[in-house]
Amino acid sequence: MADIVSKIGIECTVNNMSSGFQAYPMARLLDVLREELHLTGTKEGCGEGECGACAVLMNGAIVNSCLVPAVEADGADIRTIEGIASGAQLHAVQEAFLECGGAQCGICTPGMVIAAVALLERNAHPGDAEIREGLAGNLCRCTGYQKIFAAVLRACESAGINRPENR
Amino acid sequence: MRAYIPGYDLRVPRSLTEALGLLGGEPGIWQPFAGGTDLMVLLEAGKLYHKRFISLSKLADLRGIEVTPDAVILGALTTYTEVQRHPVLQTEFPLLCAAARETGSIATQNRGTLGGNIVNASPAADSPPALLIYDAEIELVSARGVRWLPYHEFHTDYKKMQLAPDELLRAIRLPRRPKPWRQYYRKVGTRKAQAISKVCFAGAARMEASTIRDIRIALGSIAPIVLRAVKTEEVLRGAMLAPAIIAAAKETLAREISPIDDIRSTARYRLRVTQNLLEEFLSQLVR
Repeated sequence: MADIVSKIGIECTVNNMSSGFQAYPMARLLDVLREELHLTGTKEGCGEGECGACAVLMNGAIVNSCLVPAVEADGADIRTIEGIASGAQLHAVQEAFLECGGAQCGICTPGMVIAAVALLERNAHPGDAEIREGLAGNLCRCTGYQKIFAAVLRACESAGINRPENR
Repeated sequence: MRAYIPGYDLRVPRSLTEALGLLGGEPGIWQPFAGGTDLMVLLEAGKLYHKRFISLSKLADLRGIEVTPDAVILGALTTYTEVQRHPVLQTEFPLLCAAARETGSIATQNRGTLGGNIVNASPAADSPPALLIYDAEIELVSARGVRWLPYHEFHTDYKKMQLAPDELLRAIRLPRRPKPWRQYYRKVGTRKAQAISKVCFAGAARMEASTIRDIRIALGSIAPIVLRAVKTEEVLRGAMLAPAIIAAAKETLAREISPIDDIRSTARYRLRVTQNLLEEFLSQLVR
């Protein structure tokens, strides 16, 4: 079928700023963020929803932006890795990743940070198993995960969160 | 190779009437698009051969979980996350919550829908075994009207189902049961998180001391469709749990399922694991 559709206008909020752009309806949110809005912090890993590198928050919930068609972002509230810090003030999760060495090559890091932020926003007192589950959708080929796990623990501590023991 | 994106249309109707009008106006031309967690993967792989889709995202009629005295009715767009968080589902339909929790990652659970899982018709889907155990019924709507179907009649063969081109799955109804059933769910994949099933087993039994008053067994990934192991159930129903009857049930089960070799596992492994899961389920009934 040689039919070609037109781009359509999409309006949404991205990192607390209203944003409008034109996109093909089935364009991936991932590509729109990177190529139209130049928010290249969101990475492409597998492109099939397995690795979590392209994770963003959509209406407060973590999603893989490679699996979201652009039209469904219309009217949504999107937060990318660029919107996690407040100006020059890093988020507690970002500080913790720096302190604990939770990043090596860096490709998975934006998605990992998004996953950790999503976890802590949903569950202020995560147990060990809940942290592992919260990160299970994000793959890292460098760190062996322990330093990332440690970074999330550190973020909980620095936020003064009392974690349940041995859960 | 990635698909050519401008070649795909994805309309966003604002009402159910509008969506059904599109589906019925040009039957077969438009296909529904729910959470997209399967379709977008095919798109990226260049294997999404259908070109025109209807996004269901703005259809409020397909959302929400309604609890009545005798049933829980889930809109087709209910996500795996919504399933897991619902208190009535947690207490009365734990197998469905377990299935939702083991489907993909949290990011997938936030987008993937129960209706999509049904209509995508994968024999490796994780929620259908639970739906079979609970005698789910489904509501199909079209511009012609509404019909309800027992879920077990819906899938007829590999990727084939009783769904006309102008019909949309609107809701899933789970009858509430007053009597307590012992329930068991276990999915076996390559890894614990985010794996596609090699075998998925859901079971429920009503016991009286060590006698099985009633039993249901539903399985995924071991046949062209997700199915109830009715012959194995027959062997067990009314029986006293003992090693001999467990052995007989495992033998019947081997004749009842038809696992295959594929990229995720082998027929031999699937058969052995399915039998072991049956034994584990039955062993936990007497405690």
